[in-house]
Amino acid sequence: MKLLINGDLIQMEENVENVEELIGVLGLSDKSLIVEHNQIILKKQDHMGASLSDGDQLEIVHFVGGG
Amino acid sequence: MKIGEFSFQSRLFLGTGKYPDFDIQKQAVEVSETEVLTFAVRRMNIFDKEQPNFLEKINLKNYRFLPNTAGAKNAEEAVRIAKLADASGLCDMIKVEVIGCDKTLLPDPVETLRATEMLLNDGFTVLPYTSDDVVLARKLEELGAHAIMPGASPIGSGQGILNPLNLQFIIDQANVPVIVDAGIGSPRDAAYAMELGADGVLLNTAVSGADDPVKMAEALKLAIHAGRLGYEAGRIEKKQYAIASSPKEGISIGG
Repeated sequence: MKLLINGDLIQMEENVENVEELIGVLGLSDKSLIVEHNQIILKKQDHMGASLSDGDQLEIVHFVGGG
Repeated sequence: MKIGEFSFQSRLFLGTGKYPDFDIQKQAVEVSETEVLTFAVRRMNIFDKEQPNFLEKINLKNYRFLPNTAGAKNAEEAVRIAKLADASGLCDMIKVEVIGCDKTLLPDPVETLRATEMLLNDGFTVLPYTSDDVVLARKLEELGAHAIMPGASPIGSGQGILNPLNLQFIIDQANVPVIVDAGIGSPRDAAYAMELGADGVLLNTAVSGADDPVKMAEALKLAIHAGRLGYEAGRIEKKQYAIASSPKEGISIGG
């Protein structure tokens, strides 16, 4: 399965069913982050229910320093 | 000071960008006694599992968060960034920041107005960063903005307050808090903003770019406090000529 994550097309080695699993596979489970899945912004509790398919677009963002 | 449903003792809002390191930043934040921290929303590097984040270094309960929409070029992008920030669960208020000019980083007034309206309709507590245009500030307030944040001078320029007259007009007409945002370079600038009657100051580079950010954080905290006290105390009028402080009579010199 290929996913477009933050503008990069990424071939997933492992099977990932949903956004929560994807975050786990990426090793980012303990990070404070926000996911937009196919233009839909997800709350954390929605990650599990967001099923992934080939070609899905994801934006994974977080807070960085700013004024 | 009250903004929307939030009350603050501190009148210093602090940005979180460009500090030398997290330890210095943490000390500066603590010394500043700020209650409001700003952040930006950006893509994560998904290949870097470490990427320490400043939010992990502080006690989140001690602060209210004011993410900005920096990076947005129009109202729709600002709304999207605001909604991303909100999905984090760490978005108490939103700073509308729609830049209309890459060179000066001055805000786009039309898109700022539109974004403010859209976000207010979505129920956000909205603090628009705006130029020091008096009419625009009034229109933002009429829309329902919870505070107005006019710039003192271009972002990060440290030029201080270039148009105190406009700032004074904005402060005089406003019925919501006015937070002077952007361009503050020194304690003098911050104190000046407060003496003009601003309700608060939002700054970042003045602290993070100082030779000693921790000491500067303290200096700015004290300057803002001093400026506010001076405003509340009511300064004397300026006069063209001297008026003696000591009595003119009662001593036998030159009489």
